Amino acid sequence: MPDLLLELFSEEIPARMQPRAAEDLKRLVTDGLVEAGLTYASAGAFSTPRRLTLTVEGLSAASPSLTEERRGPRADAPEKALEGFLRSTGLTKDQLELREEKKGQFYFAKLTKEGRAAAEIVAEVVPHVIQNFPWPKSMRWGSGPLRWVRPLHSILCLLSAEDGAEPVDFEIGGLTSGTTTEGHRFMAPGRFSVTNFEDYAAKLRAAKVILSAEERAAHIWEDASNLAFAAGLELVEDKGLLTEVAGLVEWPVVLMGEIGADFLDLPPEVLQTSMKEHQKFFSVRNPKTGRIERFVTVANQETTDNGATILAGNEKVLAARLSDAKFFWENDLRVAKAGMRPWLDQLRNVTFHAQLGTQAERIDRIAALAREIAPLVGADAAKAETAARIAKADLSSEMVYEFPELQGLMGRYYAEAAGHPADIASVAEEHYQPLGPSDDVPTAPLSVAVALADKIDTLTGFWAIDEKPTGSKDPYALRRAALGVIRLLLSRRLRINLSKFMGMQFQDHHTNLQWPQQLEFLERERDAAKLIGVSMSRFEEIRKAEQSPGQEEKLIQRLEDMFANADWSKWKAPEEDLLAFFHDRLKVHLREDGIRHDVIDAVLSMPASDDLTLVVARAKALQAFLDTEDGDNLLQGYKRAANILAQAEAKDGVEYRYGADAKFAETGEEKALFAALAQAETKVAPALEAEDFAAAMTQMAHLRAPIDAFFEAVQVNAENDILRRNRLNLLHEITQTCEKIADLSRLEG
Amino acid sequence: MSTDPLPQPKSFQEIILRLQTYWAEKGCAILQPYDMEVGAGTFHPATTLRSLGTQAWAAAYVQPSRRPTDGRYGENPNRLQHYYQYQVLIKPSPPDLQELYLGSLEAIGIDMTLHDIRFVEDDWESPTLGAWGLGWEVWCDGMEVSQFTYFQQVGGHDCKPVSGELTYGLERLAMYVLGIDHVMEMPFNDPQTPIALTYGDVFRQTEQEYSRWNFDVANTDVLLKQFEEAEAACQAILAEPAEDPKTGARIIMAHPAYDQCIKASHIFNLLDARGVISVTERQAYIGRVRALAKLCADAFVETEAGGWVAQEA
Repeated sequence: MPDLLLELFSEEIPARMQPRAAEDLKRLVTDGLVEAGLTYASAGAFSTPRRLTLTVEGLSAASPSLTEERRGPRADAPEKALEGFLRSTGLTKDQLELREEKKGQFYFAKLTKEGRAAAEIVAEVVPHVIQNFPWPKSMRWGSGPLRWVRPLHSILCLLSAEDGAEPVDFEIGGLTSGTTTEGHRFMAPGRFSVTNFEDYAAKLRAAKVILSAEERAAHIWEDASNLAFAAGLELVEDKGLLTEVAGLVEWPVVLMGEIGADFLDLPPEVLQTSMKEHQKFFSVRNPKTGRIERFVTVANQETTDNGATILAGNEKVLAARLSDAKFFWENDLRVAKAGMRPWLDQLRNVTFHAQLGTQAERIDRIAALAREIAPLVGADAAKAETAARIAKADLSSEMVYEFPELQGLMGRYYAEAAGHPADIASVAEEHYQPLGPSDDVPTAPLSVAVALADKIDTLTGFWAIDEKPTGSKDPYALRRAALGVIRLLLSRRLRINLSKFMGMQFQDHHTNLQWPQQLEFLERERDAAKLIGVSMSRFEEIRKAEQSPGQEEKLIQRLEDMFANADWSKWKAPEEDLLAFFHDRLKVHLREDGIRHDVIDAVLSMPASDDLTLVVARAKALQAFLDTEDGDNLLQGYKRAANILAQAEAKDGVEYRYGADAKFAETGEEKALFAALAQAETKVAPALEAEDFAAAMTQMAHLRAPIDAFFEAVQVNAENDILRRNRLNLLHEITQTCEKIADLSRLEG
Repeated sequence: MSTDPLPQPKSFQEIILRLQTYWAEKGCAILQPYDMEVGAGTFHPATTLRSLGTQAWAAAYVQPSRRPTDGRYGENPNRLQHYYQYQVLIKPSPPDLQELYLGSLEAIGIDMTLHDIRFVEDDWESPTLGAWGLGWEVWCDGMEVSQFTYFQQVGGHDCKPVSGELTYGLERLAMYVLGIDHVMEMPFNDPQTPIALTYGDVFRQTEQEYSRWNFDVANTDVLLKQFEEAEAACQAILAEPAEDPKTGARIIMAHPAYDQCIKASHIFNLLDARGVISVTERQAYIGRVRALAKLCADAFVETEAGGWVAQEA
């Protein structure tokens, strides 16, 4: 059982691509080997900045010989058929066997596929993998035909066994495979040859290369933690950075350096971001003060001066970076302390989106909406408006221009510097949340109000200009915004009718669109335009006049009048579409809670489906009910009733929709069902009214026994026509009563 | 890698001279700067146009580069609206380009056994040139000292063969090698000479003058008009028939047209610095320059330097 060792040695592979590439190499090569008939015991893949390495252990020495039998034409088939069969099998007639089968005598061919040596298969599989490697981005170099992530320099490929190593020879794009590699670029130049994986890993280590990324990361983490600890400090954990840095070095040398005293007063997030983004430094914190006081950098080089030159260089670069940050911070603080006015003014010149106006216009809309939403989430309306007005001021700051990822956080610092109370200042940071499905949802009422307003304004805006997410394309992160609204509402069980607020924002967006866009918009939504009372002839009139020069101002005026007089209450098209989008997102979100999508569909037809908290309460109660025996049986009874009814209606061409009368009830079961339905009618409605869905379900549960008994004992399609009609009408009443809790026809199973 | 480290350079110009000598020894044609205002060494036709087509090429040169928005009146220790880039372009990219590059760092006095050199992913893209490539920014002790790029596309054309491009930010690199904190304090020539000049002696005043002009004085109406004119000129030049009516020879004027493209690009940068271009307009302007760059690239590959070969009759 030989082992395979493969190394693809190249110029520096981007750190972010290495882990995935190592996995891909393992998967693609082992898949290829298995497909060719080989088996193996285990495989491992490794990456460093300059190499991808694969070891496959316990590989079969050759693929097995395979025999396959193929049935050919019947013995009495035309000669042509036999000729074709001989051609396709490559055999002659005397090599075939004639055998008796049920349907007559047939020719049979025995085909033998010889096994192949592992080396031969590897030499075929590896070049194929190299040529089709799924790099996120690949390139060509020189005059060669190959593509790789960066120029590929050498390929080491060998099979090793107890009795020695066998090179696997192949050639691809001008490169010939061999059994040599090289170590660290600076500390151990020169090529060496290897005989197996252990030998390879050991020689690499001697040549200052740690093959395993995990080992490099562990080494970095341990050395860095120790350095920090020895200085009475602690390393700030950053797994992403650790993985990245482990992909930038083959021989990690951890060094801890000083941050100039001038910079220690910068907000810790600024220090951390600047050091991480620009320099890939870890932050080292003083646990007593929480301040970032030093940094850790990871070099790829041991030096005779123990890293003194490297550290001095890094400190110098950091000082230049932080002088910039400090300069921004101090300039920003000056503006903030004076009340941030210039920043807000500047936002009048910053386009949010060509069709949706400037950031300042957007802030006006969000502030107005936040004011409306505030009372519903327990926030003060005036404070919510104030908070919304300053929440995005930091977008004009120099710090956020330099580090966009600090938006919001800087907003909080600056709002505090401007003298705003903490609850208003924190809105700047929190109104962007939640950013992802696992991000925290803000709980402070002011933040909730502004966060909702911000997201609803964004969604309605892009819906108004028909820029909705499609497939995998969601450039404005609208799915995230909708999920944010959902999580904000559900986490605090907030009762908000989204349609009302969406309506307000849509109206705002429409009046703010530039007039050619308004025209375009209305044209796109002709039906909707009619609905809001815009006459199509005037529409055409305006469109024609648009051609004549010098008329623009007049036209804008006329259009504004037209829009001002329009009846926006009837505006529904994009609003309904957006609500449906919310519902879709809600289904995805609730799937994680184990709530079925069809259960949600069933409750969406109930009133106030724009109140997502209510929708979820209904859905949860319904699903809990369906999980009980009573609930499941009732659903079956409902479906049975609906089916019989539908069949009868289809057959008779009549609708059985009203007039079930207890006086025609014949059997005890029938009478009992009439009584139970009447009872349910009186109890379910008030429970629903009170939004006590659990109580409503309990009442519905009482229907289960009478319905089961009815179907057990009573024949619906009776001979007597009066009885039959009455019973069909009774079935309708069953469905009607059941549908009071949800549209059960939407349920599966 | 040389075993005998060179003495440390003493001045900005010595670093430039050593790069020139090094790349000359490695077989590059040492060209002179292009005689027009450009934003980066890449704009020199010796890079942009020569990276196209099949002809082999090896050139190195200093290119004064202008970035009007980076002007800081000579006060910022690192930022300048006029600075120098050192540019190397070799086509096809040789297999030992990384080693050649590292050799150039040793040539200017960077001792590989004391410093930490790293190749950090940085893919290069020039929206105005319709060009992109893959490569790295090269770090020396955490500082970016060069851009290293394998050109994949220029002016919308696939690069076949691929050129390797090296760009050194000369001031920053020299400041690091010479241990200088403020660019204006950097010795331009040997500080021991009777007339020792610093970078500030040479450029402080011009930084002030151009900062003022770039930001506040440049006449935007004139610039807007010049942009349109350059755009029209570029298109008009390339619309001329290939055959010169006077000589009867086939003369496609790719370079004169490309000059107009460079001009448009620089005027756009000036307009940008004057703050008269909105975010949306910005994209439109970049698109217009790119369209010119593409036209020029299309034209160049129809010339002999671009690999065009006359058909035998």
